[in-house]
Amino acid sequence: MNLLTLIVVLPLAGFLLNGLLGPRLGKPFVTVVGCGLPVLAFLATVRAFLQLDGTEGAALVETAYTWAVVGDFTFDIAFYFDRLSAVMTLIITGVGSLIHVYSTGYMKDDASYARYFSYLNLFLFFMLLLVLGRSLLVCFVGWEGVGLASYLLIGFWFEDMAKAQAGKKAFITNRVGDAGFLLGMFLLYHAVGTLDFDAVNAAFSGPIAPAVSASLVGVLLFIGATGKSAQIPLHVWLPDAMAGPTPVSALIHAATMVTAGVYLVARLNGLYLQAPEASQVIAVIGVLTAFFAATIAVVQTDIKKVLAYSTISQLGFMFVALGVGAYGVAVFHVYTHAFFKACLFLGAGSVIHAMSGEQDIRKMGGLAKRIPITFVTFAVATAAIAGLPPLAGFFSKDEILWFAFASERGGSTLLWAVASVTALLTAFYMFRLLWLTFLTPSRMDEKTAHHVHESPFSMTGVLIVLAVLSAVGGFVHVPHFLEPLMPLPATDHALEHLEMPLIVLAVVTGLLGLGAAIYVYRGGLARAERLQQRFAGAHRLLSGKYYVDELYEAVLGRPLHWISERVFLRLGDRVLIDGSLHGLTGLAQRAAGRLSRVETGNLQFYVLLAALGVVASLAWMWRHG
Amino acid sequence: MDRTQLLLTVSIALFALGLTGVMIRRNALVMLMCMELMLNGVILSLVTFAAATATLSGAVLVFLVFVVAAAEIAIAIPIVLLLSRQRKSLDVGAYSELKG
Amino acid sequence: MAESTILNLVLWLPVLGMVALLLSPRGNDSAVRGMTLGVMLLQLALTAWLYRRFDGAVPGLQFETRVPWIGDWGVYYHIGLDGLNVLLVALTAFLGPLVVAGAFSAIQKSVKLFYAMVFFIQFAMLGTFLAQDLFLFYVFWEAMLIPMFLIIGIWGGERRIYATLKFVLYTAFGSILMLAAVIYLVYALSQSSGVPSFAFADLYQHELPVGVQGWLLAAFALSFAIKVPMVPLHTWLPDAHVEAPTAGSVILAGVLLKMGTYGFMKLGFPLFPDATRLFTPALMILSVVSIIYGACLALVQTDIKKIIAYSSISHLGYVMLGLVSLDLLGIQGAIIQMVSHGLVAGGLFMMVGMIYERCHTRELAAYGGLAKLLPVYSVFFMILTLASIGLPTTSGFTGEFMVLMGAFNAAWPQFQAGNSLPIVLAVSAVAGVVLGALYMLWLAQRLLFGEVKAPHQPFTDLVAREKAILLAFVVAIFALGLFPQGPLAKTELAARDYQQRVLASRVEGTTP
Repeated sequence: MNLLTLIVVLPLAGFLLNGLLGPRLGKPFVTVVGCGLPVLAFLATVRAFLQLDGTEGAALVETAYTWAVVGDFTFDIAFYFDRLSAVMTLIITGVGSLIHVYSTGYMKDDASYARYFSYLNLFLFFMLLLVLGRSLLVCFVGWEGVGLASYLLIGFWFEDMAKAQAGKKAFITNRVGDAGFLLGMFLLYHAVGTLDFDAVNAAFSGPIAPAVSASLVGVLLFIGATGKSAQIPLHVWLPDAMAGPTPVSALIHAATMVTAGVYLVARLNGLYLQAPEASQVIAVIGVLTAFFAATIAVVQTDIKKVLAYSTISQLGFMFVALGVGAYGVAVFHVYTHAFFKACLFLGAGSVIHAMSGEQDIRKMGGLAKRIPITFVTFAVATAAIAGLPPLAGFFSKDEILWFAFASERGGSTLLWAVASVTALLTAFYMFRLLWLTFLTPSRMDEKTAHHVHESPFSMTGVLIVLAVLSAVGGFVHVPHFLEPLMPLPATDHALEHLEMPLIVLAVVTGLLGLGAAIYVYRGGLARAERLQQRFAGAHRLLSGKYYVDELYEAVLGRPLHWISERVFLRLGDRVLIDGSLHGLTGLAQRAAGRLSRVETGNLQFYVLLAALGVVASLAWMWRHG
Repeated sequence: MDRTQLLLTVSIALFALGLTGVMIRRNALVMLMCMELMLNGVILSLVTFAAATATLSGAVLVFLVFVVAAAEIAIAIPIVLLLSRQRKSLDVGAYSELKG
Repeated sequence: MAESTILNLVLWLPVLGMVALLLSPRGNDSAVRGMTLGVMLLQLALTAWLYRRFDGAVPGLQFETRVPWIGDWGVYYHIGLDGLNVLLVALTAFLGPLVVAGAFSAIQKSVKLFYAMVFFIQFAMLGTFLAQDLFLFYVFWEAMLIPMFLIIGIWGGERRIYATLKFVLYTAFGSILMLAAVIYLVYALSQSSGVPSFAFADLYQHELPVGVQGWLLAAFALSFAIKVPMVPLHTWLPDAHVEAPTAGSVILAGVLLKMGTYGFMKLGFPLFPDATRLFTPALMILSVVSIIYGACLALVQTDIKKIIAYSSISHLGYVMLGLVSLDLLGIQGAIIQMVSHGLVAGGLFMMVGMIYERCHTRELAAYGGLAKLLPVYSVFFMILTLASIGLPTTSGFTGEFMVLMGAFNAAWPQFQAGNSLPIVLAVSAVAGVVLGALYMLWLAQRLLFGEVKAPHQPFTDLVAREKAILLAFVVAIFALGLFPQGPLAKTELAARDYQQRVLASRVEGTTP
């Protein structure tokens, strides 16, 4: 079988096997199939990667079959593997397999073990479709599919209605983005005549520009990306998505699905290079999202929510990079982020596991000595996300900041400044998290404290691997690897001498964040509580997440419901439409009732009428005779 | 007015009287008698025309009408009889179940 | 040669079945059920054989039969398969055994009469699709009312009399006006050509002045629009669905509604191309209104069947949008969406019936957490929900995607030429996919998730018969979603024909 098709089909087989046979064949079967197939997919990816090197950069292409032919339009299901696909697929299958292994420990005691792994494999299948698809159509199939898997996994413990609702919120918010995606797709097809990524990029890079505004298409597709990658204004589903099991949060809402939007823009770099307005929009939205999410993360008290907002913020950074034309750098950040964010989420899972389900960091503390492996890996990942050298996050974040400053495709001091403040906040809230969870004196209650224990090796082993990757992953210079596909944007020559100072500044920022976190949280919550009282208003605003959810409910949710109920149903259907129908039938009945009064039952009346009729017809005949 | 016109006037008068009787009188038997009156008016007009045009067809038709009238009375009167046994009344207004 | 005989057999088999049932002695219900199922399966097998033999590369009708019926009027018994009806005939034959099997445990009284009515309606539906003569078409169109009246009126719910009367009178009203139009049309044709004829082929050729076309189209469109149903002529549908027995709902949603869209596609638009072009903006508006209005109303219902009924209105809005877009993608998408909707809505109604048999209520508030009580049921329900939403890999996506793309393709050039109404409508239709997800997921959530509650526990999960039925639906949905090229190849020529006929109008200005 063809290699790319194999990579895609292996997790699908896992989904079917575990879904149909899993409950009957027991946990060992599910574990072997559920983890084994992703690992095999990873190995197949490595093989494809090696093949790619062998072909000197030309992409591998496989066509599975023709989906539909309508007139001049041909829609094929085809796969495409180039350097960008390689990076994405390696992350998905690699980190994905690690998270599958972790899950065997985390979900060990769950009754729906088989269902969990089948959904996880389903997700992997769709995600691979997304990044390996040659055309926007296949990408869209994967795009919606990962939305489905996300829905199923967020609402995995569906007996809790709140969790089920979180899943629904994710799906609907994604759908809004998908509407934009569809429109962009239609417009693109109309203008270019194909949905294949390579052809689209070539069309826009070529001498004759297609007869459609690249920026319009760019913005529409970006709307889809905001939905999937949780950017403003469609970011509201991600924090709620923390209702799902923690490995799900790690895989879907940190390492892979949410990066789909970044992948889409990076993949269509040929289009976006010709769309300066769209790129501008992307950069602005990216930096705003990054900033706002970081401010919210500062006051969150649930360990997973901090990480969720952190993810939104880091995704914002990736979009900043995309917005200034540094596509390879954005993908680099996807790559490093996958490592340290997955490590952080899985570490959080380990903490939650140790704390018998507690997620509130105000009730933690002093865990460093009790769960050392979790602590060390978490600390490494935290340092990575804060951008401390020589960890992975330093390299990728630093390049983003540099290009935000100096890129000739939209870089500006303002952009860089906001991004740097966000980086400061990132360091602050992440070290805050680290301190409150692990290093401050314990605030745990007796019973929980008694049960604290390190997680099994299936979990800690993965944590170690991810921590190592977070530490050394940055030395693989992904942007350089992607350069043939996505050249780095030109930077303003006049500013080049500032590169080194900016790097130093970035490191200092990270250290400042660390310092501030230690200062505020060293002894526990006391100092923080005093600050909270001093800035009560700001704290309320941030804790309330800027009340965006409430705004959406008030402006969209309730009016929709009200209009549907009051105007459409009661007024429209019942009063107007059915009312007029009943009016007509009532009219018919009343008229019939009145007319039937002619039937008086009186024989003589009938005779009279007959006689009158005869007279009338005679008179008529006499007149018209 | 000549003889034909006079006879026709008489026959119309008979017919009209009969019709009026049917419309006004409520007694079933009287209504039947008035219907006979109407028939007689028609018969008279038939005979008149037969005499006026000196053909026989009108007169022959009279016999047909006689027979039909007799048959009709033969059926109508027993019906009225049976109905009146039911309702104990010859008033036509008593039989109005088919109204509305 | 043999194929046309088989086609006749497919059409008349239900009649034979009905006669056999009515003549059989009463009392042996299981024999009745078995015999009905057997006949339906035979019909399905024959139809499947014909479907395989149908050649998408041959234009015009295949497997024709043309026999004079009322010679002096030019009425012929003329049936045949073409790209427009082949999928619908296949759908009807496919749903036949499923409807019969689904009703096994639900219908307990007057079983013989019920299955006789199912046969009758199968005959009427197939006849409507196969007829190539206007008189024949009209006869079958009207014939479908009688069994449906009885099915809803005898085996229905509490307000069945109201619902069935509403359904029949509403539909018949439209049909009467259509009859007047038919008579006029044939009269005009016979005046100009000297030979009376009801044949579609002759009627297509005949040209009429635009004003006349407008009136005739209005009459035909009224009848078809009531059937589809298009807003604002839709209020009979929720009542009919709620009060009908499960089998009736599946037939209604699965096939009957498609008769309206088929009527537009086969008769309404191609017969009166100039009027169609003039009315296109209004038709587009009504289609998009159906999409959005249906979805909004589905959001605020408390009866499960009503939710699915309004979702039908919404989905068929997409079909109409595709048909009036006059873009080949849109038209093909509309055809696929017709079949897809038949499968998805039919399946959903079947599932509602299954839960109703267990719990005897359709109130959404009475249910919760069914995923725990009925895991297998919930899996099927989830799959059907996702198909209704239009998740890629299901038939719902195929239909919706092609319709939306077609509508967009038709609207964009007009936008560039200055006419912005079509693009606004196309974008609104795309927004409809969000609403579609909203009400279906809300339904699924209320029904399947959260705290467990359901009346009349304990009850069993799906039995083998029910699983087999639902599996058939699901397999068909995925087949159409993953491999639509097979059906599309068969319908392409006829879709092009339809497009050419309507585009070949003399009306200026609205050229895509």
